[in-house]
Amino acid sequence: MLNKALSGSKGYWSWVVFLLILIGLGFACYLWQLNKGLTITGMSRDVSWGLYIGQFTFLVGVAASAVMVVLPYYLHNVKVFGKITVLGEFLAVSAIIMCMLFIFVDLGKPMRILNMILYPTPNSIMFWDMVVLSGYLLLNIVIGWKVLECEHQSVTPPHWTKILTYISIPWAVSIHTVTAFLYAGLPGRHYWLTAIMAARFLASAFASGPALLILLSYIVRRFSKFDPGKEAIQKLAAIVTYAMIVSVFFVGLEFFTAFYSRAPEHGMYTLQYLFAGLDGYSKLVPLMWLFAVLAVVALILLINPKTRSNDSGLKIACVATFVSLWIEKGLGLVVGGFIPNPFERVTEYAPTVPEVLITLGVWAVGFLLLTILYKIAVSVKEETA
Amino acid sequence: MEISRRHFLKIGGICVLGLVAQPLVKAFAQSDVSKASRDPKALTGKKWGLVFDATKCKYSEGCRECILSCHRTHNVPAIDDKKEEIKWIWAEPYENAFPGQGHEYIAAEIKEKPFIVLCNHCTDPPCVRVCPTKATFKREDGIVMMDYHRCIGCRFCMAACPYGARSFNFKDPRPFIKEENKEYPTREKGVVEKCNFCVERLDAGLMPACVEACPHKALFFGDLEEPGSDVSKILRSHYTIQRKPELGTRPNVYYIIV
Amino acid sequence: MIRMRDKPYIILGLVIFLGLLAFPFWYNVGKASAAPEPSLDTPAIRQLSQKQCVEARSYMRKSHMQLLNDWRNWVVRDGDRIYVAENGKKYEISLQNSCLQCHSNKAQFCDQCHNYVGVAPDCWTCHIEPEENK
Ligand code: HEC
Ligand code: HEC
Ligand code: HEC
Repeated sequence: MLNKALSGSKGYWSWVVFLLILIGLGFACYLWQLNKGLTITGMSRDVSWGLYIGQFTFLVGVAASAVMVVLPYYLHNVKVFGKITVLGEFLAVSAIIMCMLFIFVDLGKPMRILNMILYPTPNSIMFWDMVVLSGYLLLNIVIGWKVLECEHQSVTPPHWTKILTYISIPWAVSIHTVTAFLYAGLPGRHYWLTAIMAARFLASAFASGPALLILLSYIVRRFSKFDPGKEAIQKLAAIVTYAMIVSVFFVGLEFFTAFYSRAPEHGMYTLQYLFAGLDGYSKLVPLMWLFAVLAVVALILLINPKTRSNDSGLKIACVATFVSLWIEKGLGLVVGGFIPNPFERVTEYAPTVPEVLITLGVWAVGFLLLTILYKIAVSVKEETA
Repeated sequence: MEISRRHFLKIGGICVLGLVAQPLVKAFAQSDVSKASRDPKALTGKKWGLVFDATKCKYSEGCRECILSCHRTHNVPAIDDKKEEIKWIWAEPYENAFPGQGHEYIAAEIKEKPFIVLCNHCTDPPCVRVCPTKATFKREDGIVMMDYHRCIGCRFCMAACPYGARSFNFKDPRPFIKEENKEYPTREKGVVEKCNFCVERLDAGLMPACVEACPHKALFFGDLEEPGSDVSKILRSHYTIQRKPELGTRPNVYYIIV
Repeated sequence: MIRMRDKPYIILGLVIFLGLLAFPFWYNVGKASAAPEPSLDTPAIRQLSQKQCVEARSYMRKSHMQLLNDWRNWVVRDGDRIYVAENGKKYEISLQNSCLQCHSNKAQFCDQCHNYVGVAPDCWTCHIEPEENK
């Protein structure tokens, strides 16, 4: 089936070349980073994780795209998702690969990464994150590929794919939970130390993953003869709606606890920093308000059935959902956790140009993979349709 | 040429497994009959601790002996850029060292009084808990130790430490070391580092460099589990506090305020 | 299934892959270098009454990397800093303060061999080399 990725229109190839250029730029910057160290990034002693780990955290959420089509299809017999399960799974595969790359580029000593396997440390959440992420990656590659292959050959998929699919459902929950535990178990990081973290991760994942999947479905429909189907998209839109409502609700809960209790150990200072500025530092304030505005826009467009069932309304809603959650989780959550620092001082963070280029490079790797996988999937679907 | 893909993948898979297994087997096959022993001169303790007496410290008058001595002994680079600074021991004003333990009417001389801060060598250290490679671990004598050979530079420990005690080598530290101590290694770009309670000196029978260097006897070091040690006596006879005790890390550095 | 008509491509791919894999070998072709002669001529060794390493020469030659590995684990992880050699002699466990005290001519000693076999132990970004090698 791989050869299906090797023939395509001019548009397809321009897109691939564009991604390759981004990858090349990112790779060059990465070589520079290897040579100079992480000093070329905007990270500091106080804000010791930045854009890379933020992307990682956000993309773990995007990987939920798979479970949100698989679960209704297999457990609730929602037939319309049958056509697009593979799209959800391949999106998850690309997202997880990006996650792993983001962890990798964030390491100070990447050549020692095998130490995580040579000295397995079960008390470290990072160890479990490695285990669940690689497991989820494997599950989705195997299931997605095998089922697509069977479709290609017009045979019914073997029974074991179904078993693996059932396993992949709770497994998807585990990746968000364990990733949330990276943050939620650290004493002294008030903004992260909240039992609701895993629930927040699940909610925002179930919004951002399917939102991207909807947008990708529209793109697939526009550029190929394969139509994921209006009904499937509408079902996904309903999922995004609920998940987005719950996400925003959870963020609201954090606000309440912080500001009504007024106890600093519930993250009040961080929220102040993020949304109003603290001690005269306010770099992230405009972005966080953009998050708030986009979230409201998304909710209005999603909750109103008229706009939700309208193609352009839904597209805007999905973009708004995706971008707002990207800001909240991919930037505000990670960077905010470090502000103020353990001495109650504010050190701000802003990514540098090479850091942004490396980040774009990793996204480009993910999108290249996604493009190839979708090209194959869509070609198979076009043939069998 | 009728090899099915399934067969090919099987063989390939086994080969990959073998490649992964090789270093694993190697790691476990290490000779573990230790032919090494402790230095008979080594200071031994069950739980090392340090007491800082703010009433004696002359930091405000310009004394920096503990810091200089520590940083010289351990080849800690002097990087001016605050964002990439590396420090094992330094001073913080009361209100920053003990956030939440002051109030608005506190005497100005206490509020701004410098307190020496360093790794607390917690009894229940979060950094050890989160390290994915056991590069940070706890010795039997309570010292939270780093194995720089194993650190992958993920900086999870920096996120976990509530005391800001850890520094990351954002760049090659060597150009920033004024005079190298040839007897101790430096670190390199990409690893985290922090105070080690001078294990290399304790193991050779010496007191920590900061304690030895303090000309005003403001630092005390000893075994907290040993009732006769200096630190135990001081803790029994003075009112002392710890940094952020509410976090449950049980720090082993204590402070005499007044 | 691997199809018959793909065979030439597969073989070509394999050949290129193997060629790349063998890069270190053909890169060094024609550069045949003389067998290394690590020099033992250092002030510290000159003063030794018995010209002896921490362990027998054959053992050192073969297993010094393993020994160094053990050394650092004993020191860093167990706090044991005295090495008791096969013959009962004791040494301070230290790369900088023992090995390189005697072998202070790192460039003519360690590096000689390592360059020959093409290994580059990454110790010297942290461990400080003796003065004369800079
Ligand atoms: C007391 C001084 C001393 C110390 C300490 C010492 N060496 Fe040696 N080393 C020697 C001498 C002398 C020889 C030559 C032995 C002989 O000829 O039998 C030697 C030989 C060797 C050889 C073999 C060289 C050859 O040509 O075969 C190696 C390898 C070696 N040392 C490595 C090390 C390492 C690694 C360490 C630290 C773990 C170390 N040495 C510590 C003195 C020392
Ligand atoms: C007689 C030649 C010889 C001498 C002298 C020698 N080495 Fe080696 N060393 C080797 C060889 C050969 C290897 C590679 C072994 C392998 O790849 O398995 C090696 C490997 C190593 C390694 C492991 C590197 C790795 O990447 O795994 C270290 C560390 C090391 N040597 C340290 C030293 C030090 C320090 C000295 C000087 C005190 C020294 N060696 C002197 C031959 C030598
Ligand atoms: C990231 C920096 C770093 C690198 C790279 C590094 N070391 Fe070390 N090593 C240290 C530090 C720091 C100590 C001191 C620990 C102590 O004494 O408490 C040490 C201690 C040791 C010790 C025991 C005590 C001593 O003083 O020597 C040995 C043996 C050792 N290292 C061997 C090696 C070898 C062999 C390599 C290369 C394969 C290596 N190290 C690479 C930082 C490093």
